[in-house]
Amino acid sequence: MTDIFSEPFVIAFILGCITGAIPLLIASLGETIGEQSGVLNLGIEGMMLIGGYVAFVTTLSTGSFALGLIAGTLAGVATSVIMMVLNTWLGLNQIVIGLAITLAGGGITGVLYNVYFTNTPRLGQEDTLAIPFLSELPYVGKSLFTQSPMFYLSFVLAGLVAWMLLRTTVGLRFRAAGQNPNSLDAAGGNVVVTRSAAVLLGGAFSGLGGAYLAIIAAGTFTPFMTHGLGYIAIVVTMLARGRIVWVILVSFLYGVTVALGTVLQLTSFSLPTDVIKMFPFIVVMIVLIAFARGSYVPPALGEPYTRGAR
Amino acid sequence: MTTQVAENPVIVGMKNVTKTFPGVVANDQISLDIRQGLVHCLLGENGAGKSTLISILAGMQQPDSGQIEIDGKVSRITSTRAAMKLGVGVVYQHSTLISSMTVLENLMLGDTKRVLLDKKGARTKLRDLSALLGAEIDPEIKARNLGLGQQQQVEIIKALWQGSRVLILDEPTSMLTPQAIESLLASVVRLRNEGLAVIFITHKLREAYAIGDEISVLRKGRMVKHVPARELAKMNESSLKNTVLTAMFGDDQASAGNRKTIEELAGAATASRQARKAGSVSETTVLSVSQVTCSPNDGTRGIFDINIAIRAGEILGIAGIDGHGQSTLAEVLAGQRKLQSGRVLLGETDVTHLDVRARQSMGLRYVTDDRLHEGIVGNLPVSLNLLLKRVGQKPFWNRGRINRQEVLDESNRLISEFDIRTPNPETRAGTLSGGNIQKLLLARELSNNPKLVIFNKPTYGLDLKTVARVREIILEFANEGVAVLLISADLDELTELADRIAVISQGRLIGETPNVGARTAEIVGEIIVNEGAAATGKSRK
Amino acid sequence: MSDKKQVVDSAMRTVSTDGIPAESLTAADTAGQRSKRSGKEIANLLIRTITPVVLAIIAGGLILLAMGKDPLFFYGNIINYGIMGRGWQQSLVMMTPLLLLAAGLIVVFRGKLWNLGYDAQYLLAAVLVIGFAPSLNAVLPWWLTLIVLTLLGVAVGAAWTIVPAILKARFETNEIITTLMMSFIGVGIANLLVRGPFQDPDVVVPQTESIPLDSMLPYIPGTRIHVGLIVAVVVVLILHWVLTRTSFGLRLDIFGANPKTAMHVGINTSRMIVTLFIISGGLIGLAAAMDMLGLWGYVRSNWNPEYGAAVIPFVFLARLNVLGSIPFVAFYAIVANGGQIAAQDSDLSTDFILVLVALILIFMSIIEYIGTRRDLGQSYLPPGLKTSVAQIFGRKKSS
Repeated sequence: MTDIFSEPFVIAFILGCITGAIPLLIASLGETIGEQSGVLNLGIEGMMLIGGYVAFVTTLSTGSFALGLIAGTLAGVATSVIMMVLNTWLGLNQIVIGLAITLAGGGITGVLYNVYFTNTPRLGQEDTLAIPFLSELPYVGKSLFTQSPMFYLSFVLAGLVAWMLLRTTVGLRFRAAGQNPNSLDAAGGNVVVTRSAAVLLGGAFSGLGGAYLAIIAAGTFTPFMTHGLGYIAIVVTMLARGRIVWVILVSFLYGVTVALGTVLQLTSFSLPTDVIKMFPFIVVMIVLIAFARGSYVPPALGEPYTRGAR
Repeated sequence: MTTQVAENPVIVGMKNVTKTFPGVVANDQISLDIRQGLVHCLLGENGAGKSTLISILAGMQQPDSGQIEIDGKVSRITSTRAAMKLGVGVVYQHSTLISSMTVLENLMLGDTKRVLLDKKGARTKLRDLSALLGAEIDPEIKARNLGLGQQQQVEIIKALWQGSRVLILDEPTSMLTPQAIESLLASVVRLRNEGLAVIFITHKLREAYAIGDEISVLRKGRMVKHVPARELAKMNESSLKNTVLTAMFGDDQASAGNRKTIEELAGAATASRQARKAGSVSETTVLSVSQVTCSPNDGTRGIFDINIAIRAGEILGIAGIDGHGQSTLAEVLAGQRKLQSGRVLLGETDVTHLDVRARQSMGLRYVTDDRLHEGIVGNLPVSLNLLLKRVGQKPFWNRGRINRQEVLDESNRLISEFDIRTPNPETRAGTLSGGNIQKLLLARELSNNPKLVIFNKPTYGLDLKTVARVREIILEFANEGVAVLLISADLDELTELADRIAVISQGRLIGETPNVGARTAEIVGEIIVNEGAAATGKSRK
Repeated sequence: MSDKKQVVDSAMRTVSTDGIPAESLTAADTAGQRSKRSGKEIANLLIRTITPVVLAIIAGGLILLAMGKDPLFFYGNIINYGIMGRGWQQSLVMMTPLLLLAAGLIVVFRGKLWNLGYDAQYLLAAVLVIGFAPSLNAVLPWWLTLIVLTLLGVAVGAAWTIVPAILKARFETNEIITTLMMSFIGVGIANLLVRGPFQDPDVVVPQTESIPLDSMLPYIPGTRIHVGLIVAVVVVLILHWVLTRTSFGLRLDIFGANPKTAMHVGINTSRMIVTLFIISGGLIGLAAAMDMLGLWGYVRSNWNPEYGAAVIPFVFLARLNVLGSIPFVAFYAIVANGGQIAAQDSDLSTDFILVLVALILIFMSIIEYIGTRRDLGQSYLPPGLKTSVAQIFGRKKSS
């Protein structure tokens, strides 16, 4: 039995944690913007899969991880255009369209993958960015401070989103659109434009999250690889109530549950993979039960906005 | 009235503006000039087309035909932002403040040109504009915690935020006490003297006479009368009253009831208390509420330590502006919301823990203010809506199966008793007019032995004829010995109907007065002012 | 501040414009009302119902063309395998669980609640029914075993909805999320059971013991269709009657129209939420029991037929009318049944059927939207869109 405090063990744990948390964190950032502005995106799962697939294909053919991430982000934006037109512009039911996008995203990537890839190719390891000095620390050096550049960038993104929501007029308008679209309208803001921007941003983050999941965390794409991560992003957002610090904390809590499962396999406990797969969901469910009163969504969430029909 | 009237330039000119909605011509060939430095009063009853007119000027709706000139140039107000750029600011009848945000955040929402939020600049601007209005407002207070008059002051500041030249006030006095109305009118005069053009929408003639430099009357979507400033200056109150009432009601005068009622409804005369049948209030207490507290949730307000007693035949009025816990109080009494502490007695019976149905069958009824979303199911026929609170009960349902004949008989009876205008009982309730929907609710709640009826804003948004009819019905039932809790944001309505008036603010009852007639409104105003003073005293400590 | 929504634009107020067919709640379908529809209305309804399917088939064909496949070959094969020969009997067998699942979804959807935990409710019920079959068969006569197992399936499906239902009723926790989370957990448990206590030691692939053919549901005489289909049709008919003719159905419709109204008129909304979820889960569990006892007889690990996601669009196309769902479910059964082999023949992943389903959902929403707009006599474009778009471009020009 491996000593659970040995360096390789701790490093494996932290790496597992990051692998689980970062894609979720990125997707949750996008969902936070969407939810704050009153758009419930149930299509995250589909957007992540499309982003992941496109990123995978791009990186596989160009060899560039950066290009893969950009392509995945753009693919997420492209998918969210459907959502923007149908939900925000035409005011169609957000739940139905969200489910449709999730189904279509899973279906299309599954079909394409099976058509073009018969021999499950894997991508190589991305060049990591080692932070000087910090990367030489024991335990955390090889895990926290020798990471994909995207790992550091995701925290920058989190900071940017927090700053945008709290300190800029755009952020204020996002929040107003979720709290009371009538007020935003009356104040000269444009609800449709504001929510469209939120949907597209949400798509970008979902696509990027999916791309990270596929090309950096997993190193390959497999059909339906998100396995509910998009829905967990919605839970993270609900629990964080728009506060980015909480988005980060809850994402990493999820990462810990994923890592625990992975790490326990290194020990002599032999847990069935089903249990490991279920573990995060059980934790999420327990958290939901414990904080049932605390989960909160903006009043106008999911409501299409029709001027005059108050 | 100012003397340089004739020279005042036109800022906004509407020319033959028409707007139709499916089935209604809301604005029919309306022409209107808004002049700098003048208060233009717009009169007309509900449904006359005032709201549509505002939403066109505010950029919310586009006219079907006709044009709008701003400073003599033909302009299209394509969005609310465009309206602001052109200098049109609107104070809507319903609050457009976001209750969970601070005053400052609400105001900065209008700073669309900036990227970063400028708190410092906003504070200065708020201070300047408050000084102009003669108001004092804490920038960091959440909008939901604003006091009675302050909320409207913030709304006005919000409308002026972008440097408006035209200020539109939609029914600004309907929820205010006499004192607050006075201070509002004073603010409006100050703004006018600064050179602003003000459109003041009201259905009360008194106010129009008091503040208007020009008056226009809308009726059924048409501009039926315009009294220019020069003419208005020559008129006295009674000649104006004749002119305007004829324009407002035309031939309907006779059918709307007697002249006096019309005058009262049109706010021409001070509402007087109707004679109540002597001894209609008995000694038996029907409702007694003691120390009831219900915590807030989902953005609705809570109520705290409420004590109420209503005797048979008595009408207790609850005054206060919208959203201060009135609906929570009504819902708690009706059994729709659970209370945290306290007791509710109906007669001798403790109903604190009984559900809606049990209270309903004991004679406790609730006529909700949210008629469309809470009161009826729009897609269900009128007949079923009339029996919505008796679903599953005999004789209309027998072991779960509906007895269509019984349902039809009962609904036909109620339809004729309450004069609900519907093509037939199977018509979808959502297609009825607002007035008929309210009659449907009254028919449902007042049939089958009511003992205590809670009316929540029973005449809100109705046409004057229905308003008169609804008030009559309330009095009739009170005279028959039904206890009534009348919640209203319209002080005139309360002074006309109630025996006693209690004032609610921030979820607490802050005072009570018997209805002594003409002076009641002022007493209510004093209660509110005293509370405000007490509150500022507290916060200063 | 007024949090209340007040009287507005009379023309807009009763019409749902969000693209979910609002029809289900119109007078004609509602409890306590007789159906009266003119020929024109029926034609209109048919057009609105069939167009999305046709459009989805066309769009799916274009996607196939883009991938270099022959759409006519694929669609032709669907009909070939789905209807011809013994295909129709197989399609009818496939309809059995789908009909019950559709009914289970309709019940909650009518109450505007979202039970998206169908996968776990189905799989858990299926695994437990199969898992307990051998030991029950040993002690009980075959017919009693079938009844007990069926009830077990219903109970398991219902039980798996309890937590989301209570969370929704007590704390208004979003049921979409909780049912989905419970679904992931339940699917995991089902797999654990298949690989653990219920695994058949005699087979290499992890799967449960198979029920012997003679203790499964009998066939309808003269066919290879098991009697589960009859059970499903009878349940659907009863449910239709309950939903449209009883006071429970009316209460459900009131609750679905607006929970606030329901509370106002004295309906116990918490009890309603829990009841609807239990009925829904129970029907899905029944679907699993019928499917297991009539068709499969065993469960393989990681097996998930994903009936629920596939059936959702058809439930909406049927305007949440249980009876109306029958032809749609039949249509899907043919597509799915024929599609499995057709996809193999075209060298496609069967996931392509999911794409078709998603396309139907999207086209349905759009058609419904256009229809509502036309009924209102309005422009097909939403109010304010033109100006909003103009504003975006206008701003670009000016900057």
